[in-house]
Amino acid sequence: MPKMDMIQALNSALDVMMSQDPDVLVFGEDVGYFGGVFRVTDGLQKKHGLKRCFDTPISEGGIIATAIGMGAYGLRPVAEIQFADYILPAFDQLVSEAARLRYRSGGEFWAPITVRSPYGGGIFGGQTHSQSPEAIFAHVTGLKTVIPSNPYDAKGLLIASIEDDDPVIFLEPKRIYNGPFDGHHDRALKTWAESPGSDVPEGHYTVPLGKAAVVREGREATVLAYGTMVHVAKSGIEESGVDAELIDLRSIVPLDIDTIVTSVKKTGRCVILHEASRFGGFGGELSSLVQERCFHHLKSPIGRVAGWDTPYPHAFEWDYFPGPARLAAALKRVMED
Amino acid sequence: MSPQDPIGAPNRPPLQLHIPEPPARPGQAPRFDHLPFSPAGAIRRPDPGVAEPEIRDLPYGLIRVLDDEGRAVGPWDPGLDAETLRRGLKVMAQTRAFDDRMFRAQRQGKTSFYMKSTGEEAIGAAQSMMLDRDDMCFPTYRVLSWLWARDYPMLDLVNQIFSNEGDPLKGRQLPILFSARDYGFYSLSGNLGTRFSQAVGWAMASAYRGDTKIALAYVGDGTTAEGDFHEALTFAAVYRAPVILCVTNNQWAISSYAGIAGAESTTFAAKAIAYGLPGLRVDGNDFLAVWAATVWAAERARTNKGATLIEFVTYRAAGHSTSDDPTRYRPAEEAACWPLGDPIERLKTHLIARGEWSAERHTQMEAELADGVRAAVKEGERIGTLGQSKPPVRQMFEDVFKEPDWRVLEQRRELGV
Repeated sequence: MPKMDMIQALNSALDVMMSQDPDVLVFGEDVGYFGGVFRVTDGLQKKHGLKRCFDTPISEGGIIATAIGMGAYGLRPVAEIQFADYILPAFDQLVSEAARLRYRSGGEFWAPITVRSPYGGGIFGGQTHSQSPEAIFAHVTGLKTVIPSNPYDAKGLLIASIEDDDPVIFLEPKRIYNGPFDGHHDRALKTWAESPGSDVPEGHYTVPLGKAAVVREGREATVLAYGTMVHVAKSGIEESGVDAELIDLRSIVPLDIDTIVTSVKKTGRCVILHEASRFGGFGGELSSLVQERCFHHLKSPIGRVAGWDTPYPHAFEWDYFPGPARLAAALKRVMED
Repeated sequence: MSPQDPIGAPNRPPLQLHIPEPPARPGQAPRFDHLPFSPAGAIRRPDPGVAEPEIRDLPYGLIRVLDDEGRAVGPWDPGLDAETLRRGLKVMAQTRAFDDRMFRAQRQGKTSFYMKSTGEEAIGAAQSMMLDRDDMCFPTYRVLSWLWARDYPMLDLVNQIFSNEGDPLKGRQLPILFSARDYGFYSLSGNLGTRFSQAVGWAMASAYRGDTKIALAYVGDGTTAEGDFHEALTFAAVYRAPVILCVTNNQWAISSYAGIAGAESTTFAAKAIAYGLPGLRVDGNDFLAVWAATVWAAERARTNKGATLIEFVTYRAAGHSTSDDPTRYRPAEEAACWPLGDPIERLKTHLIARGEWSAERHTQMEAELADGVRAAVKEGERIGTLGQSKPPVRQMFEDVFKEPDWRVLEQRRELGV
């Protein structure tokens, strides 16, 4: 089985889907001839033709609106928003249109679109190339929100997203495109080739939306994470000395509540880790769900580790980024409580 | 009837999806014959008080003053004295010297990111010099020449680019996404186009108060596709706002040529017509033409005739940023073939032709500017490059609100700063 990094795996997913379904087309800013600023669509225009992988005007609202129109017609568009920080001009289209088209038309029209977008920090991108907007999409009824943490999942989840008949926001943690960054920015980055999750089949397969992965089994606490933070959590758990179970949510909508509840009932403690700022972040929803469903099993208050409630600052990247040390401290806290 | 029914369709030709493609890709000969150019001096200069319907030909011409021999010709020649022109030349050359040095600094790992404005220096330079000190510019990241025209302290910008302790923006922004209120330079952001209609609001505020200040805003050719562009034109027209709205059409938006932004079908200046605004299409590599068009638009704005849309036709001679390699998507020699030449060379040639400059003086000026940049960068390095020095970490928590709320205070304590 070939080794792939996350960029190659995503490229392979698009290639597989474009090869098997003429209704799949890919567009966005710089995705055509150039192959995308992160190279995810590299070679697709050459292989599948100008009409199936093309550049768009710099108009996120236009990109998503035309994707919805194409999707309603019967195509399966995969639109790229170059950075998740730039998705907001399309917010109205996503919230008022893509998410509600099926519902408000009584099932007459729907928007089977996939919106890919690199997100997250750790690349010195400053406040407009670093943000994690997953919670604002999770809040919108009618949108699915998917976040892979390794090449195998990235390909399988992207194919599942494209095949899904509902709109999917597919957020790609750009910090781990090239390797599983564990939060130790002062150490050399491991490559995917030497890490789990990089054996990626060449052909078609799916990783179902709404199915979390237990990345590490443990008895004393449950850590909930997704995207880059799965790898940060691994190193944080190791450094804490706590025997924690690590769950990679893989999609936050649909959410695999059963896996979460089973784990927390077993361990009795829960820490949630995300890079997005804390207040109103997806951790708040997770915390409520765990509290509602596992209250009598909880031995300590649920912990949350997240980005600070400030914009993502350029010079203070590593002061902002919720790294393994902060997770380890939170784990120790829930063990002491 | 459902969309699947073939009724009424059997003899119609199949529809075809059109995707624009640039005239040349790597390995092909550069071509610019798709762009309408006019000879220098060929476009009439109507009185700035003219009614918009009378000038609907202007957006399809190209206002140029400097001809191929470096002579200033035609009705748009602003008649500038040599001292002003030498100053403009110096501002442009300083912009380029600074860009070259900071690009290298990024390559040496001294900062994370940089963007050059090579080939586009005339636009910010001439407009900054021509407009008043209290007018406000809503910039893009490719008009740093605006700051140099106003003698912005170079070390402050170096410190911002290094995100070090001396950074006037407190370490919060990506390099050159700058802000300098006292220099008429509104806060930049990485999001494209979002300030274009804010400039209209700024201008409306000035008109509301009965002030005399006007506003100027830029977007690139690519960004005209954003809703912000059209919102700005609508509001500017509706409220006759005293604002100059500029499109710097440098032919490329990262890897997408201007045709992807609609330039296959019309000019960017012509977009003004539908809003009832005057549109000027101007040689952006011609310092004199940029100046003259700005004089014209400023006079309209200052006499309550409202906004003007100016398209500056130029060429992005360098990559989009330090993260970009333009030889992957356009011919490597395309920049050298750009028909409107280089703004610094053209003004230099003009001054020499007037007997007001020489190759020797130019070389000497470039050396002095390089020295000045080197000294400022050295000073910035002494404070520290990215990662070696940064503002106090507690500043990360400041300015989220005017007064911090409990979250910010608690989190600052948690981080121990």
